[in-house]
Amino acid sequence: MYIYIFWELFVGLGGSLDQNAVLEFVDSGRDLILAADSSASDVIRGIATECGVDFDEDLEALVIDHTSYAVSETEGDHTLIASDALIHSDVILGDKKIEAPILFRGTGHSVNPANSLVLKVLSASPSAYLANPKTKLSSPPSLTGSAISLVSIMQARNNARVLISGSLDLFSNRFSKSVVQKAGSKIKYEKSGNEQFVTEISKWVFHERGHLKAVNVSHRKVGEMTEPAMYRINDDLEYSVEIYEWSGTSWEPYVADDVQVQFYMMSPYVLKTLSNNQKGLYSTSFKVPDVYGVFQFKVEYQKLGYTSLRLAKQIPVRPFRHNEYERFITAAYPYYGASFSTRLLVKSSWHIVM
Amino acid sequence: MAEPAGGGALRNAFGGVLSIFILILIGVLAFSIRLFSVIKYESVIHEFDPYFNYRVTQFLTKNGIYDFWNWFDDRTWYPLGRVIGGTVYPGLTLTAGTMWILNSLNIPLSVETVCVFTAPIFSANASWATYLLTKEVKGAGAGLTAAALLAMVPSYISRSVAGSYDNEAVAIFALIFTFYLYIKTLNTGSLFYATLNAIAYFYMVCSWGGYTFIINLIPMHVLLCIVTGRYSSRLYIAYAPLVVLGTLLAALVPVVGFNAVVTSEHFASFLVFIILHVVALVYYIKRILSPAMFKVAVTLVVTIGMAVCCAVIAILIALVASSPTKGWSGRSLSLLDPTYASKYIPIIASVSEHQPPTWPSYFMDINVLAFLVPAGIIACFLPLSDASSFVVLYLVTSVYFSGVMVRLMLVLAPAACITSGIALSEAFDVFTRSIKFQLPNLFSNSPSAGDNSSESSVSQDVVKNDNHRQVEKSETVPKVKGDNSRPTEKSEAVMKGKQSKKNRKKEKDLEEEDILKPKKERRLLVLPLEASAVAILLLIVLGGFYVVHCVWAAAEAYSAPSIVLTSHSHDGLHVFDDFREAYAWLRHNTDEDDKVASWWDYGYQTSAMANRTVIVDNNTWNNTHIATVGTAMSSPEKAAWEIFNSLDVKYVLVVFGGLVGYPSDDINKFLWMVRIGGGVFPHIKEPDYLRDGQYRIDAQATPTMLNCLMYKLSYYRFIEADGSGFDKVRRTEIGKKHFKLTHFEEAFTTHHWMVRIYKLKPPKNRIKGKWKKSKSSSKSSSKRNGATRKNPWQ
Repeated sequence: MYIYIFWELFVGLGGSLDQNAVLEFVDSGRDLILAADSSASDVIRGIATECGVDFDEDLEALVIDHTSYAVSETEGDHTLIASDALIHSDVILGDKKIEAPILFRGTGHSVNPANSLVLKVLSASPSAYLANPKTKLSSPPSLTGSAISLVSIMQARNNARVLISGSLDLFSNRFSKSVVQKAGSKIKYEKSGNEQFVTEISKWVFHERGHLKAVNVSHRKVGEMTEPAMYRINDDLEYSVEIYEWSGTSWEPYVADDVQVQFYMMSPYVLKTLSNNQKGLYSTSFKVPDVYGVFQFKVEYQKLGYTSLRLAKQIPVRPFRHNEYERFITAAYPYYGASFSTRLLVKSSWHIVM
Repeated sequence: MAEPAGGGALRNAFGGVLSIFILILIGVLAFSIRLFSVIKYESVIHEFDPYFNYRVTQFLTKNGIYDFWNWFDDRTWYPLGRVIGGTVYPGLTLTAGTMWILNSLNIPLSVETVCVFTAPIFSANASWATYLLTKEVKGAGAGLTAAALLAMVPSYISRSVAGSYDNEAVAIFALIFTFYLYIKTLNTGSLFYATLNAIAYFYMVCSWGGYTFIINLIPMHVLLCIVTGRYSSRLYIAYAPLVVLGTLLAALVPVVGFNAVVTSEHFASFLVFIILHVVALVYYIKRILSPAMFKVAVTLVVTIGMAVCCAVIAILIALVASSPTKGWSGRSLSLLDPTYASKYIPIIASVSEHQPPTWPSYFMDINVLAFLVPAGIIACFLPLSDASSFVVLYLVTSVYFSGVMVRLMLVLAPAACITSGIALSEAFDVFTRSIKFQLPNLFSNSPSAGDNSSESSVSQDVVKNDNHRQVEKSETVPKVKGDNSRPTEKSEAVMKGKQSKKNRKKEKDLEEEDILKPKKERRLLVLPLEASAVAILLLIVLGGFYVVHCVWAAAEAYSAPSIVLTSHSHDGLHVFDDFREAYAWLRHNTDEDDKVASWWDYGYQTSAMANRTVIVDNNTWNNTHIATVGTAMSSPEKAAWEIFNSLDVKYVLVVFGGLVGYPSDDINKFLWMVRIGGGVFPHIKEPDYLRDGQYRIDAQATPTMLNCLMYKLSYYRFIEADGSGFDKVRRTEIGKKHFKLTHFEEAFTTHHWMVRIYKLKPPKNRIKGKWKKSKSSSKSSSKRNGATRKNPWQ
């Protein structure tokens, strides 16, 4: 389930959509593509802000770039931008590199770098700035340079994905079919990168790529098959999990060498990288630390573009039972000797007394 | 004691049967006076610790002793867990578990029933043990009196009413019984009793941490005997096996383990053990050497011995001083230095039962015994024997300890009962004897007044005429004299085989003196008839007061189970069953593995009644963990949420008494949370929560106080409940009335608002941006706010 909100269209259709309704839709784990224009209303801004994306306060402001604008017939005001500052991620944008620049006309937004959920997919060039082209620039623009994000994505904690674009035209046929030439560049592309970009990123947004699932989380003592309810300190154990990625049609094994498991009690006591068999099965084995308590097997896998995997499985670790200690300790042999010799002595002296 | 043999035997038999009958009655009294809580409330486990004991007992009956021994409990102290088997005194649990075996005899009993009635049963045992102990000291009469006093002493009742399923319930019995066996061994010099003594000591070690009292008191007594020149082989037999066997046995209890040899609490016993051997050696050498040779030997040994001793002591002091707490546990240190805990360990100081008692609590807990005790001490000095000196020592030390910690009043109670029993019995003895001497004079003026046989018969007449409740006390009087000779004869017989001729002769002389002395005194201590009669009457009235007070204490003061509260007001009886309501809610509405955080007081109850994992509980073994919870409670909401979230907490439980006026709620305990939290995490500072050194929650309170989690969770929506936000406990209007919670949501509040349970909100699905709504948008936002303000708490 997903919604596209192309604002102008939407208003044109006369629909009424509440900000909270949209956010609830996202919070229930579903995806959203949000394309705003310079005339974006408060609702759109509200939704964007709730997702961690801040549009500029000036409603009329557009992204203006005097160096990397798209060369067009009319010289214009350099609001039609040809940008190629894309995020480097095969998961989000597909394996095939997007060669042609992407045409963009619209407003920019900023994201908080501290916000780990939001990513800039398409950024403006360092020379861009955000201003209203119709009015005179009286004060320095609030947003400048590559801090301006043109297209951003947000993956919520429940893995719902949201695409936020400041331009509606980005998705239009006119833009995707048009010839593009970046200012100052000799290369002229027959077709802009818009179509490829939009297709690929919508695949990502709709979870056709970068969606992981973990199944069959299990742990056992080395040499045993069943999962125990409790471990003892210094036990050797095996941990395994199967991770698959959704390819759009089927679940394919996910292959990576950076999946780690923690054996965690307030802090990780063991941190191990899982090895995989190329078929999606990740496993490792380690020794339970010499500390008892309620531990957790924790896999927290957060990789750019992928849905985050958070697995936690609680398992208590107990100390030795009373009969699991060594019966005789080497260090105590003098004492054993002493006690036995005393016994013998007492016995013999008993005979003497008798 | 020139009595005709036949008559004496008959009288002894009669006295024996009578005293057994009286003892049974005392047992029934001790048991039944503790049933008020069951009759007035219901058959439930009381308070906090008993719930843990109950849970452990359930585990024991279900899984058996080995699993109990090795029990690692992953449902408390999350995520640390607790090794229950290794940190619990198993005596009580094993005792109740053994009683539960009745089930296999087709006597159907629930574990709870057994637990509820363990304490009353053991208080009956304790009163019998008191009888035995006092009988060893001053004869059967004093024994019966002391037993009757102990059966209903309020201090002991407070810890052993039905449902108060705590260690002390069995430990007091074990304590008295251990003392009895020690005295018995001391009187008889029998190895059999010495062995029993070690086993009784083992039971005490199993039952209660207070066993250190025994292992310090007995060495003190031994030392006292040695210093006062009362060393005998009986003393050696009473002490040496106890130290060796007792220490070995104590080390078997997992919770004690090597502590039995390494901690300073046990150090005195070993030191005295060495001294005893040195003294024994000296006596031995003195016997085999001529006096001149002995003198030479003494100078030789003393010079060498001093050097060695100095070296050993220096090493020991160095060893002890190298450990930070000087080898003493915090609780013991706070016993030696009453200001220690309040200075260094807030967690010990925060417990109300670790506070010093007030004077009224002495009157409340031991009542008239406080006045009889001095008389008892005097009686113990007439004549001073090994046994009576022990009683005096026991009394003196326990008075000191009870003055440090109100909880140890419990240790004082038996001592007070024993000395008071002795005092009462001696007093009755003197008075009835006076009457007895003079009654014949009144009637016939015959010169045979001093005759022993007529004396006893008259006194029995007095007894028969006395129909008062206190009959058992006066009845015992003739027996004192009758029995006076019996234990000494017996001990003489026992010793005959074992002791050298020389010793025996000495003892015989002593005994003869003992027998002669009272005879002389008897003739001297004749009081006027009227004075004696009035004194007896007064004593009986005094006893009557005691009984009335004890029954009142048992019925009113000490029988409330504290999980169910009642209050009488003009419109009748109110019952506050909020605790069980809250725990039942948790049990039925939360996930099995959910973690519940609360202040540690409620940990045991939560794990036993709600069966949910708790973060901290009443076994305050990990100060840091408790400080973490204290810090969370005293932090602002967001920081608290982060702390709780890092501990996987799902629910937070607070106890709030402001609506109904329940004074021991979390707001009143809050300063301790701040102190304990601040002790480990210094960013929590107590002055931040106080306005000019005053703890307040009204409008004058500091912002830190008004924004801390405990305040918010306690007073959230409070304004809605009564309209004005008036806190009935603090008797003031609260400072901050309207506020919302951002990271917590109210999950459940009980009927009287006494327990409030909050759920941690999950982390936000999205992270908000910074953009603030422009002017044009403020309209819609304010509209929304307006809409929610109507019902801000939904």
